[in-house]
Amino acid sequence: MNANFASFLYLVSGILFILALRGLSHPTTSRQGNMYGMIGMGIAIATTLALATPSAGGFGLIVLGLLIGGSVGAVTARRIAMTSMPQLVAAFHSLVGLAAVMVAAAAVYAPESFDIGTVADIHAQALIEMSLGVAIGAITFTGSVIAFLKLDGRMSGKPIMIGGRHFINAALGIGLIVLIVLLVTTESKLVFWLIVAASLVLGVLLIIPIGGADMPVVVSMLNSYSGWAAAALGFTLGNLALIITGALVGSSGAILSYIMCKGMNRSFISVILGGFGGETSATADDGIERTVKQGSADDAAYLMMNAQKVIIVPGYGMAVAQAQHALREMADKLKANGVDVKYAIHPVAGRMPGHMNVLLAEANVPYDEVFELEDINSEFAQADVAYVIGANDVTNPSARDDKSSPIYGMPILDVDKARTCLFVKRSLGSGYAGIDNTLFYKDGTMMLLGDAKKMTEEIVKAMDH
Amino acid sequence: MDQTLQKALDQLDQATAAVRLAVQDLATAPGGTDAAADAAHALSGGAIDPFVFRFAIFVLAIFVGYYVVWSVTPALHTPLMAVTNAISSVIVVGALLAVGISASGIATGFGFVALMLVSVNIFGGFLVTQRMLAMYKKKDK
Repeated sequence: MNANFASFLYLVSGILFILALRGLSHPTTSRQGNMYGMIGMGIAIATTLALATPSAGGFGLIVLGLLIGGSVGAVTARRIAMTSMPQLVAAFHSLVGLAAVMVAAAAVYAPESFDIGTVADIHAQALIEMSLGVAIGAITFTGSVIAFLKLDGRMSGKPIMIGGRHFINAALGIGLIVLIVLLVTTESKLVFWLIVAASLVLGVLLIIPIGGADMPVVVSMLNSYSGWAAAALGFTLGNLALIITGALVGSSGAILSYIMCKGMNRSFISVILGGFGGETSATADDGIERTVKQGSADDAAYLMMNAQKVIIVPGYGMAVAQAQHALREMADKLKANGVDVKYAIHPVAGRMPGHMNVLLAEANVPYDEVFELEDINSEFAQADVAYVIGANDVTNPSARDDKSSPIYGMPILDVDKARTCLFVKRSLGSGYAGIDNTLFYKDGTMMLLGDAKKMTEEIVKAMDH
Repeated sequence: MDQTLQKALDQLDQATAAVRLAVQDLATAPGGTDAAADAAHALSGGAIDPFVFRFAIFVLAIFVGYYVVWSVTPALHTPLMAVTNAISSVIVVGALLAVGISASGIATGFGFVALMLVSVNIFGGFLVTQRMLAMYKKKDK
């Protein structure tokens, strides 16, 4: 195939990817967008095959690779539970990172196939682009593996602090730059693998000090990294589809990280430096005896059935308890009784951007009943009941009122303004940030102590009486 | 956003005016014909490293990404991550080249591993996005 025509086709596939993201501006157009994405990928693969004209053996290998990887991917996509979506996305990021490293390695060993020179005489520019791609790819790989282990609960979500880690990270960063310069001047394969090794270590060190509640930022950030790695290799290969896609994914991940940081009122730097949400001993203990009002499922059922307006506030605890289906059942009962039911989602609820929305969608909650913080916050004042299930810090009034609170300034859902706030929680402990929630001691708050799913199911049962 | 756009357009206007002046200078300067020819050659892309064009596309794509992603509804942020993940697997083109036309056995091996990894992503990423998007429903009236 003519190389110019091939470039044109890569451009088309890049544009189809833009349309795929554009489709996500509304649920009704999103499915079509996803279809554009698949077509774009198909065009990119077909163009490459037509351009490279592999031998019969090479073609066989390609089909084999696609079949093995494709079936693993398809089965995973079909089987994965919606609550495990953050882990899955982290795992997928790690694959892109590792693939970037492998492609760069292939380019170092066989530069002719990529038209970037010959062995021991690779263009300097290609080497720089490649080493950037491989470094970012390797960081994405190990960083995502750690994020996956933390999200999947195979590793403690608590930050792991290594003494002098900032110093080690800085040294590794400088070392990487030196190695890249060395690679360009010597073209030694050993230096290439040293870059890979240093970046792999850096990826681990960057993510282990970051706590579980900051994972939405981490997952978005790694998303962004995988894009930049792809773009860097796109420059090496001179491939428009890769360059465009890398830029899209890179900026998408960066924007999501920004939105998540804003949702927590924390700077990106402070999240990356890590260490937040480790020790829960920081709880303010002012020695004042405060009373908490506890209620039963029957009380909650009675209050909600007699309400006019109920706003449900889900959080990560709902995902852990898999309570979304029970919650939907409860909302159905309320609606059948003429109660106005809405859902309020905080930007950082859950472990990844949009986590709660997906779980509610899975439980068949219509998306037009689900609202973002800024769209619904003024409605709490008119609500009879706010039903908080599995959320904590994002409802803490001290973030709004108490200047000395460590989370002061974080936007919160004003559940305390509802006439009654029903707060489902396993125990009276503090939330992830380790901060006492003053909401528990307010007059209008009734604590429903128990597992989120069991409690909601009991309330549904009580509603039948 | 409109303001920044307006600002950018103004700057663009100024830049074109400056270029026009410079070209006029070149044309009127003694012995300027050669320089003008060079400039014309550069303008048609002949003397420019392809890197510059790639970089221009890269920068423009970042801007496109910026505006497109801000218009994504927050409710679909999880599918957004899944689909960006799927499309970043377009790195498969590098893997295909390595497997398809590599002379070196090692490079073919690396390419094959990369191909398997991104295939997981391509199929897994798009299918899981499709599965998620299929769940988003409107209230039945």
